[in-house]
Parts: sequence; structure tokens; C-alpha cells
Amino acid sequence: MSVDTETVLRIANLARIAMSEEEAERLKPELNNILGWVEQLGEVDTSGVEPLAMVIANHTHMREDMVTDGDKRDEILANAPLAEHGFFAVPKVIE
Amino acid sequence: MANITDLGVAEIRDGFRAKDFSAREVAGAFNDAVAGAEALNCFIVTTPEKALEAADAADSALAAGTAGPLAGVPLGIKDLFCTKGVQSTAASHILEGFTPTYESTVSGKLLEAGAGMLGKLNMDQFAMGSSNETSYFGNVVSPWRRNDGGNTPMSPGGSSGGTSSAIAAHIVPAATGTDTGGSIRQPAAFTGICGMKPTYGRCSRWGIVAFASSLDQAGPMARSVKDCAILLEAMAGYDPKDSTSLDEPVPSWETALSGDLTGKKIGIPKEYRVDNMPEEIDALWKQGTEWLKDAGAEIVEVSLPHTKYALPAYYIIAPAEASANLARYDGVRYGLRELPDGANLQDMYAATRAAGFGEEVKRRIMIGTYVLSAGFYDAYYTQAQKVRTLIVRDFDNAWAQCDYLLTPTAPSAAFGLGDLSDDPIAMYLNDVFTVPSSLAGLPAIAVPGGLDKQGLPLGLQVIGKALDEQGVFNAGLALEERAGFSARAEKWW
Amino acid sequence: MVSEYRIQGETGEWEVVIGLEVHAQITSKAKLFSGASTEFGSEPNCNVSLVDAAMPGMLPVVNGECIRQAVRTGLALNAQINLWSRFDRKNYFYADLPQGYQISQLYHPIVGEGAIDVPLDEKDPDGEVKTIGIERLHVEQDAGKLMHDQHPTMSYVDLNRSGVALMEIVSRPDMGSPAEAAAYVRKLRSILRYVGSCDGNMEQGSMRADVNVSVRKPGGELGTRTETKNVNSMRFIQQVVETEARRQVDLIEDGGTVVQETRLFDPDKGETRSMRSKEDAHDYRYFPDPDLLPVELTEEFVAEARASLPELPDAKRHRYEQELGLSAYNAAVLTAEAETARWFEALLTESAAAQKASEADVAKPAANWLISELFGALNRLGKNLDESPVSHEHGAELLALVADGTLSGTLAKQVFEIMLETGDAPAEIVEEKGLKQTSDTGAIETVIADILAANADKVEEYRGGKDKLFGFFVGQTMKAMAGKANPQVVNELLRKALDG
Ligand SMILES: [Mg+2]
Ligand SMILES: [Zn+2]
Repeated sequence: MSVDTETVLRIANLARIAMSEEEAERLKPELNNILGWVEQLGEVDTSGVEPLAMVIANHTHMREDMVTDGDKRDEILANAPLAEHGFFAVPKVIE
Repeated sequence: MANITDLGVAEIRDGFRAKDFSAREVAGAFNDAVAGAEALNCFIVTTPEKALEAADAADSALAAGTAGPLAGVPLGIKDLFCTKGVQSTAASHILEGFTPTYESTVSGKLLEAGAGMLGKLNMDQFAMGSSNETSYFGNVVSPWRRNDGGNTPMSPGGSSGGTSSAIAAHIVPAATGTDTGGSIRQPAAFTGICGMKPTYGRCSRWGIVAFASSLDQAGPMARSVKDCAILLEAMAGYDPKDSTSLDEPVPSWETALSGDLTGKKIGIPKEYRVDNMPEEIDALWKQGTEWLKDAGAEIVEVSLPHTKYALPAYYIIAPAEASANLARYDGVRYGLRELPDGANLQDMYAATRAAGFGEEVKRRIMIGTYVLSAGFYDAYYTQAQKVRTLIVRDFDNAWAQCDYLLTPTAPSAAFGLGDLSDDPIAMYLNDVFTVPSSLAGLPAIAVPGGLDKQGLPLGLQVIGKALDEQGVFNAGLALEERAGFSARAEKWW
Repeated sequence: MVSEYRIQGETGEWEVVIGLEVHAQITSKAKLFSGASTEFGSEPNCNVSLVDAAMPGMLPVVNGECIRQAVRTGLALNAQINLWSRFDRKNYFYADLPQGYQISQLYHPIVGEGAIDVPLDEKDPDGEVKTIGIERLHVEQDAGKLMHDQHPTMSYVDLNRSGVALMEIVSRPDMGSPAEAAAYVRKLRSILRYVGSCDGNMEQGSMRADVNVSVRKPGGELGTRTETKNVNSMRFIQQVVETEARRQVDLIEDGGTVVQETRLFDPDKGETRSMRSKEDAHDYRYFPDPDLLPVELTEEFVAEARASLPELPDAKRHRYEQELGLSAYNAAVLTAEAETARWFEALLTESAAAQKASEADVAKPAANWLISELFGALNRLGKNLDESPVSHEHGAELLALVADGTLSGTLAKQVFEIMLETGDAPAEIVEEKGLKQTSDTGAIETVIADILAANADKVEEYRGGKDKLFGFFVGQTMKAMAGKANPQVVNELLRKALDG
């Protein structure tokens, strides 16, 4: 499979990375090169093989249902590029 | 007495306790060394005051009889670890200025044990790279140079290249690294030091900027196996804040260190003999085999048939996970925000991420996004995870025949900065020997073995069974004792 | 069974196919993957942990209670419990989603197929039911909240809800009318509230539905569906089905085609509109969340969850009919809400104890009093059962006073009115106001004798065959006794005195 410029732009949009057509054009052969290389995995017969779910045997430790966190708005907002009235502020969203 | 900055972790710890020197003297000496090594660009920020603060606390604790196991030892911390009140960037522009209000579990454990922090070590951006050329804050330069009389700046390896360079230059006694596909071991090999990647889940990932969650592991880097063992003891342990953390006791690895391998079997995986591998690396590998025999081990040839597919599987799985892990860098809650005139929310995301991520990071996010996208998921991601199952099985089969595997750490010695930066796949191939054990979550250590003709270090790798860090340390020690590696980069910086 | 509901189009009749995805907030103190509180109505960004704000290096750890409640709910929906499930990441960018992905379950949900029976006519609970299939139930994180009206050029982000645990319950497209859709949600809500896994509070957003609607010619191929998001009342769900079905029929008949898309309901205009803001890229790139291990449950865990389930509404309704002898209607009314059934059962236990009788013996008067008297009064007062000024203890006491003859029906009504006002115990009221009914034959006989003497002419007429006058004598006697005489005793004594 090989990607065209349009696909590169679509992927860039999915990943929310602003990209000009020229940049996409430049990236295209690089991506195709890498994709072509990883596609050698297709050679491996994986019929009947389960995809790996967990690398080292382990089991889920579940948390108790207790409030142990929160109540730290100053910390939460400390690094915000823009915070007002206790909220993060972003350009207006029209739904 | 030797120069303080030439001492390792154990020597500082013991000398401090014997009152040969104070913690403050140690911290002062390393602070000076750090300040004098700007040419290496090992640090993104230095924190001399933090080092002194911890040293003073260690001095008082010693007097009070409450000194922790790492009291008096100053360390470098890779900038992937979030450190409370100290900028933590993962070497990216997108996190520039980000000052965590929290301390990662692992760095917190080290500080808790009495260690001090000399600063935040430079690295490949978001730990993506094998040469330390992807940092937003500039390349890290290795203290090593080729013996050709030239002064080509050499790569310290990556992604923990600030760490490896600083340790090799003796401006820190030891430091933390992280390893996703070889990011501790390959830079250790490039700079003639030791680096240990523990079993996946040994060290908590809480507070470490995530690259690929199913692979990321923190580990120690230092100039000796023993120092790595000491540090890992302080770093490891179950953390209820990390669901993938292993609820296993942390053994006293240092105490049980032994280079006697009598009764142990060492596997030599035949698939690790790759094309175009420099003859010197092959020779060192054979030499390593002899050293382990000398330590009492029996050598067996084993087969890990899916080795060849580890790297391509890795370059699907790691970018896929990264594409999601890095989605949180969006300019809303922290870090960079780019807001072009008239931009809406989605434009802001795209502009912020375009400006904040470096080229390699974008490349991997793009690959990761693509392999997960509709219609391609099974062909790429699911297939890669199936191959990963086969790779895990390969190791399981090998363990029926041997206790450890011995391999070279990297397929080449260090290269010059810029030599591979135009060829991503050639760069990725640096991790050909380290990635399989990463995919299988196994502990592995890199130990320096010797120098090549150019005067550059070469390393050997020992891979062990899950949770057998002790065995890996012991085999590493057996190599270290016999290699007697004492070469050191001549100071030019 | 085929629904009767049809849309009349220019080209004939159309039927509607409805499937619902209900998001129900799991009742828990802490969030699904962090220890921050789930409390409603807190100051912005105060119920937020570093994990909920997706700070670098933060990791999720699952709240076991949320898993347990999802399993209990699955069991109550007669559904398959999957002993092996897993969380996946659903990737998209939005300001209410700090991680850039929602942790959800696509490939291996914790609960698989189930079904519930929904009565087609609320008034006729023993009438026809329709079985609505449940496709799956999975656990996922809620998003934060965006405020658009606080600043002219900016939206504000509040992450208090970010990471709150939700169950998404996906139905089969088994509903064929707005009424069926509403009945399904009503029944589902009732079950969740019985189980205690969700408070069902639709105004606060603890339950909301994504309404999938398509239309087709009767018996024809399934049409393209649209999904209207986050509809938060029964009435709106019905409106969405009606307007969306109408829109689709008109569109198709005008030669257009229905686009598979996400829509938004505007309750003010009563219509749905396309939600372009979320339309651009429906490629969520789901993959297993590598920060979390698979959720592996044991048979014992499931058995414990099953054992912890209360009696569910259908079973309870049948028991009320069969063991307590209640009418189908009363049984349905009393079991529709867990809260009502709990109240009724407390009343029943206390009534039986007060009257030293079996629950079956006291059930009918208790049910009648609760449904006609108390519900009527609460309705008048605009109060819920949990705000009732009359407690079940006092209700039981009142019923016992009627049963033992202390109060007549009329007196009981009077006492009840005072109870509503004061919240006092009925015995106290009877004592204070002297409302006790008298069965003292001597006193009544004296009064009767006086009345007969004063109305000799009427006595003559009565004895001459004018039977109807009996009522007159009863009335006079009761009046003279200020309404407190036991009417049965009055009847008896009057007959004796008049008929000899
Ligand atoms: Mg939905
Ligand atoms: Zn959902």
C-alpha cells in the first residue's frame, strides 16, 4: 500500500498537525518508505496467533471507590496557556 | 584521593558514609563539572541549587543517623521524568516551560532515598530517536571522538543520550534513562557505560512522559554494573498508580551480585548475526562468549526465528501508541499554544502541534495514525501484535535451553552527528538488537566490551528471563570483570 | 412483533426503526480511572485530578466499584457477562477530551447480549410486552463540559465530569415508535435504579440517549440511519423520533437521500440539525489502551454480583399480584420505581406488625391508601415520595387505627389531612383532637332514643314502609355524635330500635 499526498493530508488532519501541500509532498516518500518496510510483516504466518494483550503476566489491581484526589484547581490550571474564572479558555467552539 | 567526579555511585555512597568527603563537596564538584561541560549540551536545565539542597540534607541526615541508601549521591534525571517545580519538556518545544506540580514515582523514589538532582538531561524529543539529534534543545554531543585526529562530533546514541554523554564525561556519576526500544542500552554502548532496562513493569511509569506505553521502562545508567544494581533497587517497586506495574518484591540486587556463572547456560541467538555487521562487533561477541565461558557458563546456540520482524513490528506498535499518547499536547492545559489570527479550536490544535513537535515526532505520529486508521488497523496493528506474540514465544522457547542470551548491543559503534539523519530506516536499524527484548518486556543490560579501531566503545548485551534482573546483573558483572573496560574519552570540552 | 406506528408520506406509509444508545452514569464516589469526586454541582475544575486533566505521565487505574456495577447491571438486563474484557482508546480531538482519546470498550465489552421486556401500554401492565434486545453494555469515561456563553470569543472548559464512569447500553434496532422508545428508556431507567448502578437523573445528565432513527417502507430494507446525540428526557426522545422520521420521509420523497450523520436536538425549536463540528472525521482509530491490563473477572465475582441484586421490577410485580393479591395495575404502579416499592414494603411490614396480621392480609388496604390517598396528596403538594410529610411508620399506624375500628373512613381522612400538615403521628392527633370513633353502645342508644322521640312522625312513616328514611336517622345520629360514632354500630342499633 502506498499513500498519496491527499492521504498524507488526511492523516495529518486526523492527527491535528497543520501541514501544507508542499510539506505533505515532502513527507510522502518518507512515509511510503517506512510503510513499505514495515509491510514485510505480511510475510509472517500468524494464523491462529492471538495478538499480544499483555507483555508480562500481571493482573488488574482495582482501586477502591474512594475520593482520594481532586480539589487542586490551582495545580490543574497552573500551566494553562489561558485560564479564566477557574476554567481553561479556548477559542470559541460553535457546536 | 581520586577526583570526586571520577567516583561512581557505590564509591560516593561509601566515601560519604566513611566521611572521606561531605555530600556538599560531592555536589559542588559535580555542579562545577556540569557547568564546565556546556559544549556537550547534556542538560536542558541544570539545578545546582537542588543538588546542594539534597547534599545538605544528606550531610545532616548522616549526622543524625538517618541517611538514606543514596544519601550524598547526586544524579542526572532524563527530561522525560516529570520533576516537581522543575521544567520538564521531553526535549520538545510543545512542553517548553511546563513545570509539573508533581514528581514522577521513579525520580521521587531516588530523591526519597537521599539522592540529589544535578539537572534535567537532554534526550531525543519524546524519546524518539537513536542519536540525540531530535531534541528541540539541540544535539547532545558525545565526549568520545574518533582517534583519527579529527574532531567530528559524535552521537552519544539515543534517546537517553544526555544521560550517556554526561556519565561518560564524568559530569554525573549516574543518571536515569528510559528505554522503549533500546534507548538505555544503545546510548550506553555508544559511550562505553552500563545501562539496564528492567522487566516491563518493574519501574513505575507514573510521571514519565509516555512514548509507547506497552514498551516504556525506566532504568539506571552508570559506569558499572554494581552502580546500576544500586540505582535500580531504589527505582523499582510496585506502584498502585500504574496499572501495568508489577506487584513483586524488589530483591537486594547489589548484595547478591556475583560474576560466577557456574551451572548457567548462555544462549547465542543465531539470528542476531546480521548482514553488514562490522567484523569488530562480531569479534567482540565471540570474545564475550569466551568471557562467559571463563565465568563458568556453558554456551548453547539458540534460535529466535522472528527476530527479523521485531523492528518492523516495533515501528508499528510504538508509533500507534505514541499517536494516542501525544494527543494530549494540544495547547489547552499546558505547554505551547499557537493561535493564528481567526483560528478556531481545531486550527489551534493543528497549529500548536505543527509548531511544537519536531520532524521525527511528527513522522511517528503520522505513521501511528495511519496504521490505526479505518481499513488498515488489522493489516498493520493487529498483525504487528500477533508477530509480537510470536516474538515472546521465541524467547520462551529459548529459555527452555538457556538462562541468558548474549548479543551485541548495537550493530555499529557511534556514528557522527548528522551521518544518518536523512535516512530514518538506517537510524531505526540501530535498535535491531535491543528491540526484540523490549517487545517481550525482558530485562537486559548493556555492558562496555572494548574499543573499535576508531577508538570508539562497543557494547555487549545480556538478556534475561522476566524478573531475573539478578541473573542479568550477574552475567553483566562477569563480562565487566573480564572486559576490564577502563577507556575514557579524553577531555576536549 | 411489528409496531403499528406509521408515518404518512405522499408515497404511502413508512415505518420507523429505532435503536438507542443510552449513556448512564455509574453511581460511584470516585471517577472511573482516578480518585477525584463525581459530585454534581461543584465549583469548576475542583473535582479534577492530574489524571483527569491528562497531565504528562499520568496513568489510569480502574475503579473496581464501577466494574462491579456494570456487571450487576448486565445481570439485571439478562445479559452475557464477559469474564475477559478490555479498554480501548477512541481517538479524537475536542476541548472536553483532555487525553485526546476516550477510554471506552469497543472490541471486548464487559457485557454482551441481553434483553428486557417492555410493556406496550403502561395502563395495561399485564397486556402485551415487547422484548427489546440489548446488543452490549460497555464502560467508558465521560467527557468534560464546554461553556459557550460566558465570553464573547472564548469557550470555557470545566473538567469536573471528565473521567466520570458511564455505562453505554446499546439496544438492538427493535423499537418501532416514539412510544416504544420512551417505554424502553423508562423500563431501563427503572431497572438501573433498582440495581442502584445509576440514579437515572436525566435533568442532571446521569442518563441520556443517542437516538438512532431510520425509515423504510413497511417490511422493506433498512434505511440509512442518523444518530441524534445526548437527548436527555423521555419527551425529547419521542420528539426526536417523530421529527427525525418525518424529516427523513420528506427528504426521501423529495428525491433526496438520508446521510449517515450525527445530529443535535434543539428542544426550543423541536427539531434536529446536523452537527458539523463533530462530522469532519469519523475515524476513531480504536486500539487497546496499553496503560491498562485486560479486566479479568472470576465466576465467583459474577456470582457475588448476582447475589447482591435486589428483586427486580418484573419479579416484584408478579409477586405483588400473586402473593399479595394486588391488582395488576396497583402492582405495576408500586413496582415501577424502586423507591416506591421500598416505601410500600416498609409500610407493609409495619402495617402487618401493627395489626398482628400477615402482609398479604394488610396489602390491599395499604396499596389502596398509598396509591389513592398519599400519591394524590403528594401530587397536590408537588412533592416526591422521599419528601413525604407522612412517614411509612405513621401510614402504618393510620391503617391500623382504621382496621381496629378506632377511625372510620371519614375520620381517617381527617386525620390524614392533619398528618400532611403537621407530620404528627395519627394516634397523637386522634388523642389531641378527640377524633376517636365511638362504639360505646350505651351512648349511641341514648342518642338514638332522643332522636326517635323527637321525630315520632318520621318513625311512623318509616315503619309504614318508607325505607328510605333509614338514611335520615343515620345522618341525625351521626350529627348528634359529631361524626365520631362507629357507623356500623349506629346501623345496627338503629335497626334494632326501628325494626324492633
Ligand atoms: Mg453513540
Ligand atoms: Zn459512548
